[in-house]
Amino acid sequence: MSILADRNTRLLVQGITGREGTFHSQQCAAYGTSIVAGVTPGKGGTTHEGVPVFNTVAEAVGNTGANASMVFVPPPFAADAILEAADAGLPLVVCITEGIPTLDMVRVKAFLKGSRTRLIGPNCPGVITPGQCKIGIMPGSIHRPGHVGVISRSGTLTYEAVAQLTARNLGQSTCIGIGGDPIIGTDFLDALTLFREDPDTGGIVLIGEIGGTAEEDAAAYIRRHLTIPVVAFIAGRTAPPGKRMGHAGAIISGGSGTAAEKTAALKAAGIRVVESPAGIGEAMSEALAGGIR
Amino acid sequence: MKIHEYQAKAILRRFGVAVPKGEVCFTPKEAAEAASSLGPPPYVVKAQIHAGGRGKGGGVKLARSLSEVEARAQEIIGMTLVTPQTGPEGRKVRRLLVEEGLEIAREVYLGVVIDRALGMPVLMASAEGGVEIEDVARRFPEKILRAPIPPGFGFRPFQARKIAYGLGLGAATEKTVKIMLALTRAFEETDASLAEVNPLVVTRGEEVLALDSKMSFDDNALYRHPEIRELRDQEEEEPQELEASRHGLSYIKLHGDVGCMVNGAGLAMATMDMIQLAGGTPANFLDVGGGAGTGQVSNAFRILLSDPGVKAVLINIFGGIMRCDVVAEGVVTAASHTGVQTPVVVRLEGTNAEEGRRILMNSGLNFTVADGMLDAARKVVALARRGA
Repeated sequence: MSILADRNTRLLVQGITGREGTFHSQQCAAYGTSIVAGVTPGKGGTTHEGVPVFNTVAEAVGNTGANASMVFVPPPFAADAILEAADAGLPLVVCITEGIPTLDMVRVKAFLKGSRTRLIGPNCPGVITPGQCKIGIMPGSIHRPGHVGVISRSGTLTYEAVAQLTARNLGQSTCIGIGGDPIIGTDFLDALTLFREDPDTGGIVLIGEIGGTAEEDAAAYIRRHLTIPVVAFIAGRTAPPGKRMGHAGAIISGGSGTAAEKTAALKAAGIRVVESPAGIGEAMSEALAGGIR
Repeated sequence: MKIHEYQAKAILRRFGVAVPKGEVCFTPKEAAEAASSLGPPPYVVKAQIHAGGRGKGGGVKLARSLSEVEARAQEIIGMTLVTPQTGPEGRKVRRLLVEEGLEIAREVYLGVVIDRALGMPVLMASAEGGVEIEDVARRFPEKILRAPIPPGFGFRPFQARKIAYGLGLGAATEKTVKIMLALTRAFEETDASLAEVNPLVVTRGEEVLALDSKMSFDDNALYRHPEIRELRDQEEEEPQELEASRHGLSYIKLHGDVGCMVNGAGLAMATMDMIQLAGGTPANFLDVGGGAGTGQVSNAFRILLSDPGVKAVLINIFGGIMRCDVVAEGVVTAASHTGVQTPVVVRLEGTNAEEGRRILMNSGLNFTVADGMLDAARKVVALARRGA
C-alpha cells in the first residue's frame, strides 16, 4: 500500500503546455504515471505530446475521470489554478510552482478548508509512490518500492535522503515533499496522520528546516500517536537569524524557528535526530533493525 | 524586501495611520532646513538603515535647536552604526529622518505578521511599547494580545476595540482602533510580510501616532506593487547578494572561509551544517536552483569567489533534473575564466555524475573530487585551513 498516489491515480496537468509542464509530464509518464489530461485555457481541443488538452479542469475531469492534478502554472496564476482544481472536486492537487504570493495562499488555504481537496505544496518536489506513480519533479530512478515513508520541506535534500535509503536496500512507501513556503496545503502533521493510517509504512524519515514551528508540532504528534521508528534531520543549524535561506519559509524570525529548538523538541519526544544529513539512511537502517523508536 | 522607516511611515500615512511630522535628509544642512519647517523644537534625528536597535547604537538623537539638529546630523550621517541587528561590522548611515519631538504619555506595540500555524495574518498588540516584541513574547507571553485576520472578512472593528480596551488606552481608544484598522489594511493591500508600529504613542495631548515603524514585503508579490519595488535601497544590501539576485540566484553572505555552491535550498543549508560539523565555517549560502544551466553555474561560481574571505570552495550537487555534467561544464568555464587559485572540492551525485566527474578531472584544473557529503566537507575544511 501507499498514500496519496498509486496505480489508480489518473493525473491531469495544469499548465501542461509550458516548458516545465511539458518536460515533467513526460518524465512522470515515463515513470509509469497515467497522465490522462492537460489543462491550458485557450488550448482546449488540442493534444499536447499525445495528451488531450482542455480549457477548464471541470471539463478535463468530466471527460477523462482524472482524480489528481499536478500544477505547473506560473506564480501569479497558480493560486487560481489550485482553486479551480478544488472547485472541480479533485481529491488531490500537487502544486510544484515556486513563488506564489503568501496572501494568495492565505486565501487558498481558507477556500480549501472543509473541501474534499488535499493540496500538497506549493513550492515542492511533489509526491512519489515508487514503482507506481510519480507526481512531481523528483528523479524517479533513485527511488525503490518499500516501507519507509519520507516527509520533507525540501527538494534535493529529500533526494539525498532517498538515495541513502535506497543504497541500504530500504525502499519507500511514499515520499512527500510538503514544500518550502510559509503556508502550505499539507503539513507534517497531516502527512504523519496519513502514514499512521498506512499499514505498509514501517518507518518515517522527517526532514525539516528552520522557520515556523511545524517540527515542534510534529514532535508532539509522533510522541502521542506513532509507534513506528522516526528519523529526523533539521537543516539550517548554521543559518543566520532574519535571513530567508532560499525557501520563503526558511527564516529564523524573532529568535524563533531555530534548528536547535526543533531538534530539542524532537529529541524530547524520543525521536532520533541525526546531526549529519549524510547519516539519515544509516540511522533509519539502525532504527528499523532495533525495531524501536 | 525591507524598506526604511520613513518609507514605511509614508505608506502607513496613506492608509490613515497618524505619524509625526518629518522629512528624509541626506546632508546636515538639509536636516536643519527640514527641522525649521517642522515647527518649534525639540526635534529627533534618526539614522535610516535596514536594521533595528538604532537607538542603542547611537543612531537616534534628540536636538533642542536647529543648530543642534545640524550638529547631530553631522555626527550620524556617514557613521558606521553598529546595533544588535547589524552584526559587528555595522552599517553605514546615508539617510536621516528628522522629525518633530513629541511629549509621550504612553507607548504600546502593534504589529501584523503571518501566523504560519493559523495560515493567516494576525495583529499582535502589547502594552509594553518600545521594546522588542520577541522579548515580551519570551518573558510575558500572556501580555501579548492577538487577533486573527481571516481572508475575505479582514480585521473587524470589534477585534480592534477588544484589543484597545485590553491595552487600557482610555480616551485614546477610538483613535487607536482606527489606527489598527488602517494598519491591517495596509498590510493586506501591500502584500506585506511585516507591518509593525513600535512604539505607537499616546501624547500628552492625547494624539495617537506611529513613533517608529517597520515594514517588509513579500518578494513574491512585488510584481503587483511596482510602487513598492521602487523603494528598494540597494545600498543597504550586500553587493554579492545584489549581484546574485540579478542572476536569479539565491545567495547569502556569511562570515566563514568555506564557500559553497549547492542545488536546492534545503541541501544548501544542510551543506553549510556539514561544513560546521567538519570543523569549518561556511562563507555563504548559495542555491543555484533546480534547473540551472551552464551560465547560471558559472555566475554562481564567480560570485562566491568574489568574497575575499573564501579560502576553499565546496560544490555539492545532487543531480536530479539538473545534470551533473552541465554543472561540471559551468564550473570549468567559470574556473578557467577567473583563473582561480582557490582549491575546489566537488561532490557530484545523481544524474550523469560519472560524466560530470570526468569533465572535472580532464579539465586540467585543480579540483578535488569527493566521495559523499561527509568526505567532501572534511576535505574542503582541511584545504581552507591550509589556505588561511
